[in-house]
Amino acid sequence: MSNCDHVIPIAPAATDPAVRWAELVRDDHVHGSLYTDPAIFQAELRKIWYRTWVYVGHESEVPNANDYVMKSIGPEPILMTRDRGGSIHLLHNRCPHRGNRVCMSEKGNARSFTCPYHGWTFANDGALRGYPFPSGYEDADRSTLGLGRVARVASHRGFVFGSFAEEGESLLEHLGAAAGAIDALCMNSPAGEVEVTAGYLKHKVKANWKFLVENETDGYHPSFVHASIFEVAQSGIGTLYDSDSTAVSRDFGKGHTENDLRPEFRKRDQPLSWFGTTPEKLPAYVAQMDAAYGRDKAREIMIDGTPHIMIFPNLFIAEIQLFVLQPLSVDHTVQHVTAIQFKGAPDINRRLRQQTMGSVGPAGFLLADDAAMYERTQLGVQASNPEWLYLGRGRHRERLDENGYRIGDATDETPSRGIWRHYKSMMEAA
Amino acid sequence: MSDAQAPDVRTLIDEVTRFIYREARLQDDHAYDEWEALWTDDGVYWIPANGEGGDPELEMSIIYDNRSRIALRIRQFHTGKRYSQTPRSRLRRIVSNVEILGHEGDELLVTSNAMVFESSVRGDTVWASRNEYTLRRDGDALRMARKKVVLVNNETALYSMAFLI
Repeated sequence: MSNCDHVIPIAPAATDPAVRWAELVRDDHVHGSLYTDPAIFQAELRKIWYRTWVYVGHESEVPNANDYVMKSIGPEPILMTRDRGGSIHLLHNRCPHRGNRVCMSEKGNARSFTCPYHGWTFANDGALRGYPFPSGYEDADRSTLGLGRVARVASHRGFVFGSFAEEGESLLEHLGAAAGAIDALCMNSPAGEVEVTAGYLKHKVKANWKFLVENETDGYHPSFVHASIFEVAQSGIGTLYDSDSTAVSRDFGKGHTENDLRPEFRKRDQPLSWFGTTPEKLPAYVAQMDAAYGRDKAREIMIDGTPHIMIFPNLFIAEIQLFVLQPLSVDHTVQHVTAIQFKGAPDINRRLRQQTMGSVGPAGFLLADDAAMYERTQLGVQASNPEWLYLGRGRHRERLDENGYRIGDATDETPSRGIWRHYKSMMEAA
Repeated sequence: MSDAQAPDVRTLIDEVTRFIYREARLQDDHAYDEWEALWTDDGVYWIPANGEGGDPELEMSIIYDNRSRIALRIRQFHTGKRYSQTPRSRLRRIVSNVEILGHEGDELLVTSNAMVFESSVRGDTVWASRNEYTLRRDGDALRMARKKVVLVNNETALYSMAFLI
């Protein structure tokens, strides 16, 4: 059994493969090697994962001064800390002396981290505090011997992102309209804030990360992959992805895509129908929402519900769950998943946890079957004929919405085409 | 003569062991309905994530099924479209180290170790766990009121495990 989630895979030297991206990524076809070629995976680490804004964690995971939690950016472990002044830091877990891992705990509270190898100690903002027997380091410049820091750290509504690139577009520029989806999610909390407090399931699949990214907003698969649970549980999800669903798929640009289910929820005109429940079952939550926003606005929010959006490259907000995608190697990916919690709303939070636990993770009613598809697609794409995957569904009916974003019908591949368009532009960039 | 060797204790541990062997065989053979019939009406099936799992009412677990969710899990298998088990994993497990840790009224607290070899589309996987049972006497039979499966590697990222464990 491999335990590759503990280690960063050993990579060949960083030379770009002579890939002509425009030949592999076409308007309605992508080449199978994009999912299987280890050299392409290494190029993706450099041009996507170690460059763009990547979601790392939520501020509520380190609520108190000196809290820390182990996170990741791509295969690399990243320590998210809150210093005693309240600022969030993202640090590489590598001692600048001999490269040892400095922190071996998943989470905790610590003002400093001491490397067990030679006792170097670092503050939780990464600065070197000191080393034993300092007379051996007379000429050393301590300011250059701290833990590596993720070059840029920024957050939106408590969602913390990191970028290894010193320069580039701001987080808000990167998020674009996806920032509005995060805002809409937070609106469903009576306090206007979501929290991540329920811990994570870590679900490993033997598949390339892009199969997961594409599947998150693929509105075509639920009727088939999830037929078994739709048959035995009255979730109301199935009809959202029928061929006559009024929901739309949307490409926000920058690789961010969504299934906008609001047209269906507005047709139902029932508050909390998005969550498969009724106001009578969650009276405390409804009362809090009414008090926070006023009855009319609260009703509107509770009809529209929360978004179903894949924020490129690794944050999937799936109505009630948060998925964080972590590529480990060309054919291994981990989904870290937890229930979204609305600050100060215990009755709906309990239900959010229960429903999430049933749906996701290694034994989930939904995700175990998605994982089976990821893994079989990875096996299938290694067959040699045809060499291409076809992404043409709904091209003839793709259109622009009132904000100028590309949209398609609920089951169309508008999101996949949008993801690949952005992918190509990132891979072609110098 | 120590307690563990007293004839009535030996009889009891023998009965418990036979129950656990039978449960293991039903799981290995995907005998879903017979396995479901082992549960009491208030059964709880719990597979924590992240160590012992803390409070399952507050933290995410791999499985935290009440009795109706156990039934839903079984009904999902029976659709034939539960793709994570279509085709089914081929399974054989070894169960050992059966101990009775306590009695209370008509309930027994039992622990055992299990090692499961799974062969599936993805490949072969070995799973290891400590299993805790609350077994309740129901007439002549024992039934499961609670089963907790603590996977040895549940703090790491795990492959899908949609079969019965």
